[in-house]
Parts: sequence; C-alpha cells; structure tokens
Amino acid sequence: MLRRAAPVATVEVAPNEPLALPRRSFLPRYLLGIGVLAGSALAALGLGSTAIDPESIARIVLSHLPGIELDEDISATWRSIIWEIRLPRVLLAGLAGATLAMAGATYQGVFRNPLAEPYLIGVATGANLAATIVVVSGASLAWHGLSLLPVAAFAGALASVGAAYAVARFGRAAPSTTLILAGVALSSLSTAVTTYLMIKNTSNSLTIFSSVLGGFNGTRWVEIAWVLPYVVIAPVVILAHGRILNVLSLDDEQARHLGIDVERTKLVLLGAASLAAAAAVAVSGTIGFVGLIVPHAVRLVWGPDNRQLLPMTILLGAAFLIGADLLARTLDSPSEIPVGIITAFFGVPFFLYLLRRSGGAAYL
Amino acid sequence: MAISDLRVAYGPAGRQAEVLRGVSLTLHAGELLGLVGPNGSGKTTLIRAVTRGVKSLSGEISILGEAVASLSQRELARRVAVVPQAPLLPDGFSVLETVLAGRTPHLRLLENEGQRDCDAAARAMRRTQTWELRERLIGELSGGERQRVVVARALAQETPILLLDEPTAHLDIGHQAAMLELMRTLCREEGKAALAVVHDLTLASQFCDRLVVLGPGGTVAAVGEAGEVLSASLLSKVYGASASVFPHPKTGRPVVAPHPEGS
Repeated sequence: MLRRAAPVATVEVAPNEPLALPRRSFLPRYLLGIGVLAGSALAALGLGSTAIDPESIARIVLSHLPGIELDEDISATWRSIIWEIRLPRVLLAGLAGATLAMAGATYQGVFRNPLAEPYLIGVATGANLAATIVVVSGASLAWHGLSLLPVAAFAGALASVGAAYAVARFGRAAPSTTLILAGVALSSLSTAVTTYLMIKNTSNSLTIFSSVLGGFNGTRWVEIAWVLPYVVIAPVVILAHGRILNVLSLDDEQARHLGIDVERTKLVLLGAASLAAAAAVAVSGTIGFVGLIVPHAVRLVWGPDNRQLLPMTILLGAAFLIGADLLARTLDSPSEIPVGIITAFFGVPFFLYLLRRSGGAAYL
Repeated sequence: MAISDLRVAYGPAGRQAEVLRGVSLTLHAGELLGLVGPNGSGKTTLIRAVTRGVKSLSGEISILGEAVASLSQRELARRVAVVPQAPLLPDGFSVLETVLAGRTPHLRLLENEGQRDCDAAARAMRRTQTWELRERLIGELSGGERQRVVVARALAQETPILLLDEPTAHLDIGHQAAMLELMRTLCREEGKAALAVVHDLTLASQFCDRLVVLGPGGTVAAVGEAGEVLSASLLSKVYGASASVFPHPKTGRPVVAPHPEGS
C-alpha cells in the first residue's frame, strides 16, 4: 500500500464553511458612469457660442414629449439651437462613442489582444476606402435627399471585416491571431488605396479628407435614425455575453473545454461589434483611440470582468466622445477642430498616465 | 469512455501527417489511467481529439455509451473536464473567478453563478488546496499554484471524466504526489474516471491503476498494470532509452532509472 511521506500531500479537510457569493455590487460605479455621462451631455448641450442654462435645456427637451408644453417663454432661437443643432449632435457623438468603445472591448476580449479595436482590424479603413471611391467616381452623393456616403462607408466597413474573416477561416475555425493579422494587412491595403485616390483626385480631396477625418458637425436627426437599429441591437447581444466573453478571453481551447461553441460565439460577437462599429464609422468618420483608451481605462480602474467592463465602457465611451466633441467645437470657435484630434490630444496623455500608474501591470 | 481505432492527422489536405494511427483504449469508472509515451507520440492530440479540438479522420469516441460527435460542446463539457498543458490564464481575474469559470457548462446565457455553483467551486478549491488563495489575483500566483487553480476549475465542472495533460508539470515533488493522490482519491471515492498524461514514468507507475504506452508511430505500444508494462526492453524500444527497471521498496511497483549507455 502506498504511504505518503510529505505532510504537504494531505488532502485538506477545512471546516465546511459555505462560500459567500462573490457578487459585488456594480451599482455605485454604474451610477458614477451615468453621472459622468449626464454631466458631459448637459455641458455639451449648454455650452457654445450661445450658453443655455440646464433648466431651459430640460424644458426644451421635455416639451418634445407628447402632451407637455414647457417652452412657451423660451426663445425660438434657443429651442432651435437645442433641438435642431446640439441635441442630435450630442446624441450621435454619444452613440458613436459608446459603440466604438464597446466594439473595442469586444474585439480585445475575442482576439485576446490589447491592441484590437475597430480601426486596427479594418472597419474604419474599409469605410474610408468605400467613401473615397464614391466621391472619386463622381457618382451623385445624394439620393432623394439621403446622403449615399454613410451607406457606402457601411458597406465598405463590413466588406473589410468580412474579407479578413474569409481569409482567416479554415474549415469552421478562424484562429484569433490569423484573423487580426488579416485585418491589419487589409487595413493597410485600404489606407494605401485611399491615399492614392486622394492624391490622384486633388479636386475632391477636401470632401474625402473631411469624411476621413470625421466629426459631428451638422448632424441631423435622420443620421441618428439611420444608425439606431445597429447601435441598439449590438449592445444587447454583446452585453448578454459578458460572462461568456470572460471565458473566451482564456483561449480557444480552454473555452471549448468549458463548453463554449467557440466559433459560433466569436462569429456572433464579432458580427455584432462590427455591424455597430461600421454604422458609427459610416456617420461619424474616423475617430481613433476611443475603442482603445476607454476599455483599457475601465480595466485599469475596475478590473477585467466583462460583466461590468462592457456597461462601463458604453457609458464612459459615450461621455468621452461627447466631451471631446464639445472641445472640438468650442476650443477654436468659430472654426472646428476635427474631433479625432481632440480624442488623441486629450485621450492619449490620460491613457499614458493610467498605464504608468498601473506600474506596468496592464492586462486584458 | 471508450476510444476505438482513432486516427488523427495534422496539416493541409494532401500532405497530412498522421499523428494517431488507430488508437483504441477504454477508460473505466473509478480508474486512474496513465498515458505515457515519448515526445510527439500523440498524447496531447489524443486529449484534443476527445474534446474535438482536432478532427479525427476515422474512429469512434464514446462516453457512457454516447458518441462524442453527437454531443454539443456544452453537453461534452458536462461530461469531460480537461486540465490542459500550461494553459494561459488572464492575470486580472481572481482565483475564485477563475475557478467559477468551471461552472460555465452548467449556466445558461443570461444566468450568473448561484449558491450551487459557489458550493461546487468551494469543494474544488478545498480539494486542491487553493481555498486560501481564493481572493488572490492569478498574476500573483506561482506556477504550481496556477496549475492547482486549473485543476480546481476542472473539478468545479463536476464531470464524471477528467483528462489531464501533464498535471504535475510545474509542481515540486510534494505537490506532484499530492496531485496524483488527489486524482486517485477522486477516482476511488467518487467513481470518476481520469486519464492523465504523466511524463515521469516512476511517478505514473506508483499512482496509476493502469498505463497506456503510446509508441512513436502513434499506436498503442502496451496497455496494462505498470508491473506488466514497464520493462527495460519496452523503454529501449519505445523511448530509445537505456534504463533499469526495479521494484519500489515500499509499493513493489516499477521504478525507472535511466543510466548512461553501456554502463
């Protein structure tokens, strides 16, 4: 019979105290996120060449609900500034920020790569290429008053991600590393073609350039209606997969051992994230860093559990881009700075500070 | 669990290299089966084939009478838990969160872990001596502690079958013995069936009920109790190693001691 020599080999018989449910409440941080978002939205609605106080803003917005009349003593100019100009702009910036940040967090989890975000894997560059081709081809840019550029950009973004997936797929599986490399390669190709077309067509360069740079100037309600289906459905799908995304961030093999149909789940998550990011890019152009900075900042502050990471990323991504857009239109008023410059200029130093503070312990 | 005539090949179509060429074996309930063999003999591939990480060319794998091919990934994960070789774990999660991930096949999409899952995780952590580590982050653990956390996660899956790919790889001699002792206990007392890849033949011989030796050609070279299987001639044939085999003074089971050629 076998006898154990080392005491280390004893099977521990601990008192059978039950394990308390590890359910920390995420409510305080959600409330904080909602507060930051509300604050940045109010600031963006109220500040600008015409300052409008929060009470008037609330009355103007509420008066658009059926059966409420609160705005009688508010000037028509203010009403039009809030309802026609600033509110659609703030809403679109918020939706784009939330979507890009959420897509970034999703890509980072699925690819297990801290650099993954909508721009790296070709969503934005594909959109830019398609938009550029439309401008250069001289085709009519409008159809019954609807701009064709977002439609083309949307198609380009999806085509780019689809091509990366098709290249990386062997049988049923698309290994994460292959997928991200294919995305980066196709992204470079799109950028090269876009640049070439711009140089060759200097007369249209300004149109292309402004659609590539991105921004929310002149946002109309119709654009919000256009992106709404995608940016509502995708978060529902992705938020439902928070716990699964935690398991997926192990590796494909371990996720499979734990009972996850890896390929199908990846396809669902990448599909949802890409659809939403493509829609956001199509109406707002290239706005970098949001998908990279926001998820990592949330991770560095609150940890990697996707069940809280995804909602926090959505709230703070929206707040971040609304704030950036506010700076974009007020810093150098009356002219506008492209919002992508603002996100880089303010986002990157903050991000570097967080990285430094974490003591080199950045993780997924 | 029964595997019959399993053939697996890697590589692009047309130029495939067969790794397993017709492997058959049976794993009984209550049994700790040691899987040994030289590097590249297909031990890890065999485990992958069971969990469908690789496609088999032919052959049948069945668990409790059901064909593995007919099970969903989730159903399979409720029957078979795997401890992979040197798995990657995200540093930012706590030990408890990592072990609770073992409950994934028991949870629906929108469901979160409940008391039942926590109890399973607590049992698994007590058995693997990771209970004290439960609040720690994975990034703060030593290699051996990490290895035990992965075993705890597999135990939390509460499956009748355990597949372990070198569960003793990063452990010191005390924890190696404790790990295999734990596997033996789980098999004896809870009727689990465990298949463990163990590189150390002496260790495998002391703890496993039976050994399966995979030869370099991806076939089963020998099956049986350690005393019947491990011999100097088999070691030289399968491993190309010169070694003496003699009985352990306490257990009577074979001890394998390699020596320089010609000595």
